[in-house]
Amino acid sequence: MADDVLFDHALRLGDDALVMGQRLSEWCGHAPMLEVDLALANIALDLLGQATHFLNLAGEIEGKGRDADALAFHRDVLDFRNCLLVEQPNGDFAQTIARQFLFSNWQELLMREIAAAPEPRLAAIGAKAVKEIAYHAKFASEWVVRLGDGTAESRTRMIAGLEWMWRFVDELFDPMDGAPSRRGEWDARINRTLTEAGLELPKPRRGAMGGRAGHHSEHLGHLLTEMQFLQRAYPGATW
Amino acid sequence: MTNANWPLWEVFVRAKNGLSHKHAGSVHAADARMAIEAARDVYTRRMEGVSLWVVPSSAIVASDPKEAADLFEPAADKVYRHPTFYTIPEGVKNI
Repeated sequence: MADDVLFDHALRLGDDALVMGQRLSEWCGHAPMLEVDLALANIALDLLGQATHFLNLAGEIEGKGRDADALAFHRDVLDFRNCLLVEQPNGDFAQTIARQFLFSNWQELLMREIAAAPEPRLAAIGAKAVKEIAYHAKFASEWVVRLGDGTAESRTRMIAGLEWMWRFVDELFDPMDGAPSRRGEWDARINRTLTEAGLELPKPRRGAMGGRAGHHSEHLGHLLTEMQFLQRAYPGATW
Repeated sequence: MTNANWPLWEVFVRAKNGLSHKHAGSVHAADARMAIEAARDVYTRRMEGVSLWVVPSSAIVASDPKEAADLFEPAADKVYRHPTFYTIPEGVKNI
């Protein structure tokens, strides 16, 4: 793989994990229960760990002296390459679960391929991440069933959450990552869980795209403002 | 935060193979599956264990504090029940 292609690839993987992790960390102290609070924070930390590895690798490949911190805290919104799904707002708990369910099931399939890929540095990170992500996917899928097959209100919220997130699904299968081949298995997984939850697949709609080219929704800017505040106000600060 | 409707589960963690499960604390969860996952997230995040048990707290039968004198005090003056009269071989950690 050419260096610039590999750089872009590592950046996409790192930014997906970073933005998803930052979003989830917003739940810290606000989740419906202590146990769920810790679970979401755990997932967020797993993702931040993955982001650190992928972004450090991206910086190394780029060879301009940037590390994960520089890429995370000193890039502007147009330079982020994450998919639109991960930057979507948390909404209520069901909306967060819907996002996690769609994302983690996709990320697990992707990471399994990366773990078996010929590029050894990517493969090493992928092999470690795939176990973490398998748990994220399981956690989110079980909550989809609990909420979908729960009370009338939890069901309504779960449906609304999936409706909100569904338009960001197509972007995940952008051919750039050789991703269309994962669609069949992903569809099967999603269908299986939704059937168990007594929910229907959201109706197809025109997908929103552009995250991989830096065309983000307004939400990402707000997220970065908060995440990058300290390093922008006090560059290089450590504690 | 509210957990008014979720039952309490007691969590037992086995630190490593060969040791017994030890009580670690409790979690709230709607079902056994959720209890295991909550226990995993709350009590084994830092490599504390290799196995988990969760038991509905309602299934625990506790001794009555009022009976403590009858139950436990008679043991106080029976030093010969303690394995203190022989030396433990070096290197034995779990006895």
